[in-house]
Amino acid sequence: MNPFDYERPADAGAAVATVASRADAAFLGGGTNLVDLMKLGVTGPSLLVDVTGLPLDRIEPLPGGGLRIGATVRNADAAADPEVRRRYPMLARALLAGASGQVRNMATIGGNLLQRTRCVYFQDVTLACNKREPGSGCAALHGYNRHHAILGASERCVAVHPSDMAVALTALDAVVQVQGPDGERAIPIADLYTGDDPERDTALAHGELITAIDLPEPAAAPSAYRKVRDRASYAFALVSVAAVLDVDAGGTVRDARIAFGGLAHRPWRASRAEAALRGAPATGASFRTAADAELAAARPLPGNAFKVPMARSTLAAVLRGLAAREAR
Amino acid sequence: MSTGSIMLTVDGESRSLVIDTRTTLLDALRDHLGVTSPKKGCDHGQCGACTVLLDGRRVLACLALAVAHDGAEITTAAGLSPDGEPHPLAQAFIDHDGFQCGYCTPGQICSAAGMLDEAGKGAPSHVTGDLEGPTVLDDEEIRERMSGNLCRCGAYPGIVAAIREVSG
Repeated sequence: MNPFDYERPADAGAAVATVASRADAAFLGGGTNLVDLMKLGVTGPSLLVDVTGLPLDRIEPLPGGGLRIGATVRNADAAADPEVRRRYPMLARALLAGASGQVRNMATIGGNLLQRTRCVYFQDVTLACNKREPGSGCAALHGYNRHHAILGASERCVAVHPSDMAVALTALDAVVQVQGPDGERAIPIADLYTGDDPERDTALAHGELITAIDLPEPAAAPSAYRKVRDRASYAFALVSVAAVLDVDAGGTVRDARIAFGGLAHRPWRASRAEAALRGAPATGASFRTAADAELAAARPLPGNAFKVPMARSTLAAVLRGLAAREAR
Repeated sequence: MSTGSIMLTVDGESRSLVIDTRTTLLDALRDHLGVTSPKKGCDHGQCGACTVLLDGRRVLACLALAVAHDGAEITTAAGLSPDGEPHPLAQAFIDHDGFQCGYCTPGQICSAAGMLDEAGKGAPSHVTGDLEGPTVLDDEEIRERMSGNLCRCGAYPGIVAAIREVSG
């Protein structure tokens, strides 16, 4: 591990100014991803600015019916929060589907959004990876790519985003509050994760700090988070689905919000599936058609063709479950 | 080399040390303070052998930087049995054959202690049916909540039985 200095500022302004003033400084949250990447030599900041002591650890109601979750709230505390459980069960479910009890006690909400891909080629400094070393190539393209992307990827990078929480937040249209050297700004989560440039995971500039996640007032419709993985617990998603389904009394879909995890370099908002569902009867046939509309653009790799039918079946099953709950 | 000066309370004893900022809490405990109850398995947060209670909550000492925890109270599995009498969890692991080689056991016991506390406060898990309902620690719940602790000997049936006995 590279040597580094450690600072623990008392307020967010000082933390931002300190990181912004040094090109290779980094914020330290729970450390569950960053410390590991430092051990692996994937990253080597010369200064860590610990933000876990900042007063960003509250969960509080927002005017208009939403909820604000401070960036240093631990994943476990967000999942156990009574308001999150009652009003945003899909988010609680996504949080509980991720990692282990120990990791959830350490990991912060802000850090969760910024965790790096678990692509094994990204984590192994002896192998080619455009995300870690721009221009070096992508060893995953013709390597072991069972876990990799089928949507939105390029020849340069086929890594997937590992977060469960961010998938639920994407379906919830959460807004990320950021404080930077030039002031504060709010970023809709759809704009936090950038395009297919492997060198750039998010729209955040160096020195910008996530201070909170704002959840809009939840829709009055059932929601679910379902994760499919290689073992029953403590594994990253092969495919995950976060969905909200609003069906009217006549059995017609009024609205749907859907996001996939495990399929792309970012939480994947399934806009085509949502459009196909609006106005359609809430039936299994509609759900499969909607899934096909989204997955028509899938470009599977040799090792992950199974993800296409898996994503299709998982989405259809989640929507069937939601429709059944609504019909009760 | 960058260093930090920290004070930790480890199993009830105050300990001061000056350490390289790169030192994990696990290495600080084992290599600098001679507290060898927490074990180094994978050193990457995947096995749970290094689990300790940090200010009462179970965490992975291998992914925590010691310098970030100045003033913290650490309890290891050894510290759960301060007077030499086995902690109820330790006794239950013995009674139910909850280990073979024993390497993962201190982490298992700390994790179980932290988990029982979380469940006692009503925290739900991935397999909890009703997010707002009461917490009932059946075997499925115990397995899910303990999934961060691997046992390569495969003593899981004994581990689950031991925790079930203590939780009941």
